[in-house]
Amino acid sequence: MADETPRTTAGATADDEAAKDTAAKAAPSRRSVLGWGGAGLALGAAAAGGTAVALRTGGDAHPVASAGDAIQFRGAHQAGIATPVQDRLHFAAFDVTTSDREALIKVLKEWTAAAERMTAGHEIGDGAYGGQAELPPDDTGEALGLKPSRLTLTFGVGPGLFEKDGKDRFGVKSRRPQALIDLPVFPGDNLDAARSGGDLCVQACADDPQVAVHAIRNLARIGMGKVAIRWSQLGFGKTSSTTPDAQTPRNMMGFKDGTRNVSGTDTAALDKHVWVSEKDGPAWMAGGSYLVARRIRMHIETWDRTSLGEQEDIFGRDKAQGAPVGKQRERDEPNLKLMKPDSHVRLAHPDSNNGATILRRGYSFTDGTDKLGRLEAGLFFIAYQRDVRDAFVPLQKNLAANDALNEYIQHVGSAIFAVPPGIEGDGDWWGKGLFA
Amino acid sequence: MRVLRSSAVAAIAVATALTTVSGCAEKSDKKDSDAILVKATDDKCEVSTTSFPTGHIKINVENKGSKVTEVYVYAAGDRIVAERENIGPGTKAEIVATIKKAGAYEIACKPGMKGDGIRQKVTATGGGKQEKSDPALDKAVAEYRKYVQQQADETIPAAQKFADAVKAGDVDEAKKQYAVSRIGWERTEPVAESFGDIDPKVDVREDGLEKGQKWTGWHKLEKSLWEDKKITEDDKKLAEQLMTDLKGWQKVVGTAEITPTSMANGAKELLDEVATGKVTGEEERYSHTDLVDFQANVEGAEKAYELLKPVASKNDSDLTKELDKQFGELKKLLDDHRDGDTFKAYDSVGKDDRKKLSDAVNALAEPLSKLAGAVAK
Repeated sequence: MADETPRTTAGATADDEAAKDTAAKAAPSRRSVLGWGGAGLALGAAAAGGTAVALRTGGDAHPVASAGDAIQFRGAHQAGIATPVQDRLHFAAFDVTTSDREALIKVLKEWTAAAERMTAGHEIGDGAYGGQAELPPDDTGEALGLKPSRLTLTFGVGPGLFEKDGKDRFGVKSRRPQALIDLPVFPGDNLDAARSGGDLCVQACADDPQVAVHAIRNLARIGMGKVAIRWSQLGFGKTSSTTPDAQTPRNMMGFKDGTRNVSGTDTAALDKHVWVSEKDGPAWMAGGSYLVARRIRMHIETWDRTSLGEQEDIFGRDKAQGAPVGKQRERDEPNLKLMKPDSHVRLAHPDSNNGATILRRGYSFTDGTDKLGRLEAGLFFIAYQRDVRDAFVPLQKNLAANDALNEYIQHVGSAIFAVPPGIEGDGDWWGKGLFA
Repeated sequence: MRVLRSSAVAAIAVATALTTVSGCAEKSDKKDSDAILVKATDDKCEVSTTSFPTGHIKINVENKGSKVTEVYVYAAGDRIVAERENIGPGTKAEIVATIKKAGAYEIACKPGMKGDGIRQKVTATGGGKQEKSDPALDKAVAEYRKYVQQQADETIPAAQKFADAVKAGDVDEAKKQYAVSRIGWERTEPVAESFGDIDPKVDVREDGLEKGQKWTGWHKLEKSLWEDKKITEDDKKLAEQLMTDLKGWQKVVGTAEITPTSMANGAKELLDEVATGKVTGEEERYSHTDLVDFQANVEGAEKAYELLKPVASKNDSDLTKELDKQFGELKKLLDDHRDGDTFKAYDSVGKDDRKKLSDAVNALAEPLSKLAGAVAK
């Protein structure tokens, strides 16, 4: 039985207020310095409530939805790109296992309908209970009673959809965007094929991890027999902000990185660097974007025994505030010449890369420990851009060749996807423009 | 073997509602007032009514004792009709079951989750809403019953060859006969499991043993043959015991409670067995004959499906079309791993191929989980 009201319970408003109170009373410095990831693990909604407060007290001219709210699914662009970054991630890449075009289209239509319901905070299909006793319920149920949690589901298509093993399985080979390249091999890459690539992807971001996981789980279930999960990644703490006045969260190395991100409200910058324009072609990608995902493992243990001075030199920022070398505050304009030539900020700066600019939306991950007892942690890097060939690719070439940080990181997974524009009219579905 | 003892017994839907969603149950057509209340304590098992109509029943259990308990509903001969384990002190649980036949049953509370439990005799009366009878479904059930019996009948001589080889101390011959001796069992396992006492004797894995339980059956002998590479005197006795237990199964299996729903759910459970035990290589960890079991599970599931298909296709032709396709795909994939008249050892099946098999099992099991709904319409 599908509830027509969001999962929000009657007590939610009161909880929200309580959360705000808690957040307001908590020492603001600690909350803003630490970011919300850690607190959220224990506090869930309360910590998420704190997010909203932090953003509002930052004097944001465009207040973001509070943590429990629903984000509009439909629009000219897909949500989950310019949307203020949520706290949690579940990113899934799928192999298309069927070679039946109609069967794939059916999945995409069902996915779109389910995605719209889930982002609104509804159960999918006939719901999680109350149906025929002999049948498993349509919805798996673990998001019952949870708020929409600003869930966004962002859909993309990978190179394998257009051509796999030399075959044009779905008759779309001729529609492959030129910008959807096979990424070159970068120096130092140690890519695991099982954690790379994919014919389709769905990025689920939400302030509640269970809401994000529920979304991927239910989409995967709908797709069984036609598409199969190739790999997926959970991210527990955002490392970037698309909200300029918010604090930049710290990464697993304890640094603020990616301060100069494209703002989700800067439409001029989005149009210039993120959204594919009509003249870029192909037509079905207009209003879309290109997504690069990289699983970047950090050598946490060796990093931790690196001296503070060296750590700061490597990033080109101080650890306390994230201020660029020679500056006081995080957002002070960096003077690149003061930084070491191989420092991360200097090398990643648009000025060092002919203006190459990406919208970062990465998340820290920790998948427990590896077989040697080392923290299996790092950055799940996600970047959106108008064309990877003059954004991620030159940027990563530069970083891979020169970045002092490379001693402490390794790229172990990689994928590229074309992210079509948003869902607009009735009867629209993910990929309709491509298959039409 | 079933990995968890609580895996739904054929014929029964055990709805284990968590307290957080227990409100949902009220929205079902079953009113709480119809429920049988069971108050379990450390030394009592109080039942609110000892007589109820046949059909769907709901049992609300409340554990008022200090020990974790479990509640069983037994039909004659201790055949498990429904069960719910791990009911903690102070917690409540709900059991939903279908009792089709009027007659004598027992409800048992097992404080500490052991022993025969504290039994209460109850009676199902014929006054309940009868499941509507459909000659086509009755025929399917009758045919399936025949199949189940036939599988057991054919297992006995095959298992005898295996047991004889073990008793003769012939390791090589026993290894050859091992996987073949299990095929009939694997094809019909959910039905065998509805007789709660047989599976733990013949098909338990070492990690599935309960405290104090002696390891008997196929997998103990598997370990001796492949891991220890020798047959002990005790193994020879175990081979004898295996035959006794299997003959017991052969004798009672024809009397199993079988309904169209239990056939459909049983088919799905066979795929669940594959998904949790065979695809991972856990079931036959020493002999690596997982693919033989895999094939048998799929064949058993397909048999139940084929018998139900005439009815299911009338109610949901999209579903049966999908099932036909996915059974075909999975069998085709399995064929790639054939080696003469048997299958490749599973430890020679690489990661990529295992992933493909796993995806194909999911692709079939997901629509198969809707078969019960299509025959119950």
